[in-house]
Amino acid sequence: MAKESSFKNMALTLLVISSVSSAILAGVYELTKDSIDAVRIQKINRGISEILPPFDNNPSENVYKKFVDGDTVYVYVATKDGKNTGAAVQTFTNSGYGGKIVLLIGFLADGTINGIKVISHSETPGLGDKIDPGKHGFSLQFNGKNPETCKIAVRKDGGEIDAITASTISSKAFCDAVTRAYSVYREDVMKKGKWDGNTGATSKQ
Amino acid sequence: MKERIQIILKGIFRENPTFVLVLGMCPTLATTSSAINGLSMGLATAFVLMLSNMTISLVGQLIPDKVRIPSYVVIIAAFVTVVDLLMAGYLPDIHNTLGIFIPLIVVNCIVLARAESFAAKNGAVDSVFDGLGIGLGFTLALTFLGFVRELLGSYSVFGHKLASGDGIILFILAPGAFFVLAYLMILFNIVKKKFIKK
Repeated sequence: MAKESSFKNMALTLLVISSVSSAILAGVYELTKDSIDAVRIQKINRGISEILPPFDNNPSENVYKKFVDGDTVYVYVATKDGKNTGAAVQTFTNSGYGGKIVLLIGFLADGTINGIKVISHSETPGLGDKIDPGKHGFSLQFNGKNPETCKIAVRKDGGEIDAITASTISSKAFCDAVTRAYSVYREDVMKKGKWDGNTGATSKQ
Repeated sequence: MKERIQIILKGIFRENPTFVLVLGMCPTLATTSSAINGLSMGLATAFVLMLSNMTISLVGQLIPDKVRIPSYVVIIAAFVTVVDLLMAGYLPDIHNTLGIFIPLIVVNCIVLARAESFAAKNGAVDSVFDGLGIGLGFTLALTFLGFVRELLGSYSVFGHKLASGDGIILFILAPGAFFVLAYLMILFNIVKKKFIKK
């Protein structure tokens, strides 16, 4: 038979169950923390090498951070033989249909987009999740475009980007993230000429 | 052993959580936009169901009646988080596909319903088999629902494109889930009446 529902019994039961659960969760969290971190770093490193031309430095250590619009944009500068070959910019937008979208965008030295990877998103499966290059060609149309000369916005807003059918909000959010990445890249890396990985680009704010 | 098989079969047919009990409609409608999503969601739920059923049938007698629901929810939430963390660390690809659906298992009322109506009154081994049966019934229903929606909505089967084009987008959207679920329920009842005697 279940125990009597006295105040002492109830409080004690909930206390015990919560403590045991928290202890188990803390244990599992510690156990999986390293491999979850490793998976995330590996994903970023693999992503950088997919969207940039060949480089010989380690961009994940050559990182420039900037705090904009309530979150951080990371610029991973890639160099080859001491010369800048471009940068991977980890950018974000909060205006996705399902909230935040995090992208990794590869820019060449002159600002041309070389490739885009989706790091994380919560868009509707089957609709907004087509922003992922593995599922749909939407993100591939950015390749070769330079935001300096080409307006990054959906056609409805006067830009040159074809939105995903039935996912205009996700498409607009994607453009917003690209624009944010480019403005950070242009203002803080291209204009200031922080090309040298050993000096400028590593400066933290 | 025969009784145990009966418990499993009961979960798949006579008490199928989706088509007969009509429980857990949120994940059923939200996650079945493709067959593989439905399958993964079903399997993850089945796993949590078995663990939570077992734990609750073991400790259920010690929990005072008035606080049983919060206790069950804490136990279920703990298991779901464990599954979520383990998958993020060791099966990152599957975790990527399922994304936000894993934490959703906490609010899946099938898990709570089985804890309340079966695990709290039966032994640990029976409860595990009940979790397995209900979990399999849920997995089959979700996979089938996802299969039909994916086929009509994006002309593909388990991610393999059969024909070009976007498909009938309605079936990927929320209303499509209701339509397909309704027709599958009719089909399920016809089959059940024909083959399963009371």
